[in-house]
Amino acid sequence: MGVPEVLQPPLSLRILAAYRRFIRWLTSARVLLALILLVMMVYLILVPLYRMVETTVTYQERDVLAVPDAVPGQLTAYHWVRMLASRVSRVFLYAPLQHSLVVATGATLLAMFIGSVLAWLVIRTDMPGRHLVNNLATIPYIMPSWTIAMAWKVMFNTRVAGGTPGLLEYLIGRPIPTWLAYGPIPIIISSALHYYTFFFLFVSAALMSIDSNLEDAAELAGASRSRILRRITFPLVLPALLSGFIMTFSKVMGTFGGPNVLGTPVRYYVIATMIRSSVAIGEFADGFVLAIVLILFTIVTIYINQRLIGTRKSYETIGGRGFVAHVARLGPWRKVLAAGVIVFQVLVIALPLGLLAYDTFMLHPGNYSLSNFTLHYWIGKSDINIANGTPGVLRNPKIYSSAWNSIRLSLATAFFTALLGVILGYAIVKGRGTRLSKLVEQISFIPYVIPGIAFGAVYISMFSKRVGPIPPLYGTFALLVIVSVAKHIPYSARSGVSAMLQVGRELEEAGQMAGANLWQRFKRIIFPLTSAGFVSGFLLTFITTMRELSLIILLVTPATQVLSSQTMRYTENGDTQMANAVILILITLVLIGNFIIGRFRGGSLKKGLGM
Amino acid sequence: MGTTITIKNLTKRFGDVVAVNNVSLAIEAGTFLTLLGPSGCGKTTLLRCVAGLEDPDEGEIYIGDRLVFSRARGISVPAGQRDIGLVFQNYALWPHMTVYKNMSFALEIRKLPKAEIDKRVKESLAEVKMLGYENRYPREMSGGQQQRIALARMLAYRPKVFLMDEPLSNLDARLRMDMRAELKRLHYVAGATTIYVTHDQVEALTMSSLIAVMKDGVLQQVDTPDRVYRCPSNLFVADFIGNPKVNLLEGVVDGQGCVDLGEFKVAMDTQGVEGKVVLAIRPEDIAVYTEPTPGTVKFTVYSVLPSGADSTIVARTGEREVTIRVPGISPIKMDDSVWLKFDPQVINLYDGATGNLVAVRKV
Repeated sequence: MGVPEVLQPPLSLRILAAYRRFIRWLTSARVLLALILLVMMVYLILVPLYRMVETTVTYQERDVLAVPDAVPGQLTAYHWVRMLASRVSRVFLYAPLQHSLVVATGATLLAMFIGSVLAWLVIRTDMPGRHLVNNLATIPYIMPSWTIAMAWKVMFNTRVAGGTPGLLEYLIGRPIPTWLAYGPIPIIISSALHYYTFFFLFVSAALMSIDSNLEDAAELAGASRSRILRRITFPLVLPALLSGFIMTFSKVMGTFGGPNVLGTPVRYYVIATMIRSSVAIGEFADGFVLAIVLILFTIVTIYINQRLIGTRKSYETIGGRGFVAHVARLGPWRKVLAAGVIVFQVLVIALPLGLLAYDTFMLHPGNYSLSNFTLHYWIGKSDINIANGTPGVLRNPKIYSSAWNSIRLSLATAFFTALLGVILGYAIVKGRGTRLSKLVEQISFIPYVIPGIAFGAVYISMFSKRVGPIPPLYGTFALLVIVSVAKHIPYSARSGVSAMLQVGRELEEAGQMAGANLWQRFKRIIFPLTSAGFVSGFLLTFITTMRELSLIILLVTPATQVLSSQTMRYTENGDTQMANAVILILITLVLIGNFIIGRFRGGSLKKGLGM
Repeated sequence: MGTTITIKNLTKRFGDVVAVNNVSLAIEAGTFLTLLGPSGCGKTTLLRCVAGLEDPDEGEIYIGDRLVFSRARGISVPAGQRDIGLVFQNYALWPHMTVYKNMSFALEIRKLPKAEIDKRVKESLAEVKMLGYENRYPREMSGGQQQRIALARMLAYRPKVFLMDEPLSNLDARLRMDMRAELKRLHYVAGATTIYVTHDQVEALTMSSLIAVMKDGVLQQVDTPDRVYRCPSNLFVADFIGNPKVNLLEGVVDGQGCVDLGEFKVAMDTQGVEGKVVLAIRPEDIAVYTEPTPGTVKFTVYSVLPSGADSTIVARTGEREVTIRVPGISPIKMDDSVWLKFDPQVINLYDGATGNLVAVRKV
């Protein structure tokens, strides 16, 4: 065709060419962003994990007190032996682990029952008021996870366990048994009433996607209704149930709030509260051993889930939105059932809030008569006889600064998480099929398996010293933002990837052809096209950060106190009314945030859960 | 006006798959070149390499005298600086921008003055007959209109080279016909060198000044539409081009100036050819007689498929089946006897082993 062959150039030119190719690869958008993300994630995720493991296998400064010939920094199995096989293992590890497993299993099963039944009633029956049930079902999850635990305490607290009497004990005049006031049963119930939302959302999505023809076919074949449920419907929603199971189970395993309110006072420790108490007394290595155990359990749970569901992706439910026309007829009981369900839901939401509010108006704890009514805990001036002279929450500058911290922490976290989502999505989707992209995706998933409390623990040791150019961050507000953003990376990556997949690659390539550089393409094409995802991701992160406790409880200092940690601090000091007032403020802020989400189309709790 | 494009020894791999295999092409200024081939033949990849959206693994690309890609020298000019326009298969109009914004985007990036941008947008819209649609969003227009805007968006920044990746494949049949004429006219007026990718041979034959047929990443033939149709350089091209398909009849050169097809022999110039061969004759090149005629072979009509302007006749003798095309509605009926004439003047002969053209038709 008259085209001369390309000649082989001399070596010097070949080296130059290879150098140019490398530079071009390095500066290509997806590689550059992926590498930046990789460096960032290594620093925020892998290094902390490494430091955590390292701490558990080396002697720490303070170990000299217990082991005379210990050399700090030297490799040792001391901490592992101490935690796994010594006289203290039972107290420090095995008992809390057992408690965690009992609580997590119990709460998950109960939540599964409540959530699935509600989902079935809403999606598959002719029960009236289904829309209301649907809306109410997400509210408990929006509130802080330990809200119900604190309300439980107001209701069932007992003198037997050394506290002040709760409302019930006050009313019936007899002591409430300790097992009802504290320990596994209250923790299980209060957690389940928070987490049933997961199951409700997963199962209703699954039920909606099932072709009702499958069930009709069984009915035509003469199967009874219960048989259809067992043999057709149940297997079809099984993946959703399993997804809900691992999500709830691992969440409850790592939850700090509820067990701290309802377990710690009677020395019923779970792993999360044990990590806190270890870290609080400076035994980082012990705490980290517990954290690693917790992480291993989470990984095993996820692994089992993957095996059970097979090759199907764990959270993927079929996207078909064909709403089912065929519904089960509940007959004359439908109105009663509807009333029952709605009363239950309202009670789960309103009763705790009512109890908390009621309690804040009681001057002396344990006395619930109207003569004890006071507004002191809200608007009272400092009085040395009440709550060590702490003024009412609305007069207390500390509360205002906590509220402001909560808000700015949530705003900053939400902004960076959403921004990171777009960039992660870009790097992962544009590099699909390359090892770099896979690596970014895999590392981004890691924080998912690290329970919040453990993540927080790692960050203490990680950022208490200067590392390279980064100054010691412990005690700063920035550290709270960093840890919150880092913990959200898995969610951010998921939503970023799905947002990016909706933007066809040609749209960006058309920008390339037009001569737009990376920044111009992001500004003019990619950001505008993913803005809906950005906004919903932003708002959801805002809410979840606002009520986050486990993650930051170990990292807050008096100067960086946020509302969630403030309420826990008051609880621990026995200032129950103050604690309850603060959590009510927190819930108010969260509900306002949720109201704003409702204003934005496209933002929904489902999306926030990565469904 | 247009510019030349020179592609030297271009190879692009995706993992173990060689999408483009050592392709060399010299395209003169103003040419309308079509890359034609079945899906997966590497034509789109080749186009994307020229555009700068993919970096080839080997070879060089020149646009005019400018080296825009060279593996050996480590050069790859970014897509936006190659002075190239690309129309995507699915148009890739930015859904969040109006027609005007879609078109002014590239001009703003080039920092043209506002008045000039406005002028160019209007001009380009006029060229595709879409004036007045400036404030529409893509979703507010039909597929055909979006197609025109995609073209106008490319025209607005006046690239020297037009690249089009199956731009008509998402349109319905009728609209496609209209747009073919428009596109050809547009190319004629603008004079920009154009590379057009399609799997539709009719599109290629009707629009191109040059067709490059590809298979498995390898160029098979680069020729004018007429040459590609009449003298396909190998059996793949012969079989791929033409509807109904060319008749490919396997036989053996008998050394006495004939190709022996088993059922009958065709006398032709077989000088320098021996062994197994494939004889190729287009359906319209077979002459049909309804009565015995000297130099013909008797066939029985198996099926008749009239389609208005012409009719397709499938006829058999023994195991041998041929397809014939005759103008208009044919009076021939099924099971009729027909006598077919295989004129050596219109027959191409291919080597049975290599599939390459060994003896070319005379007219």
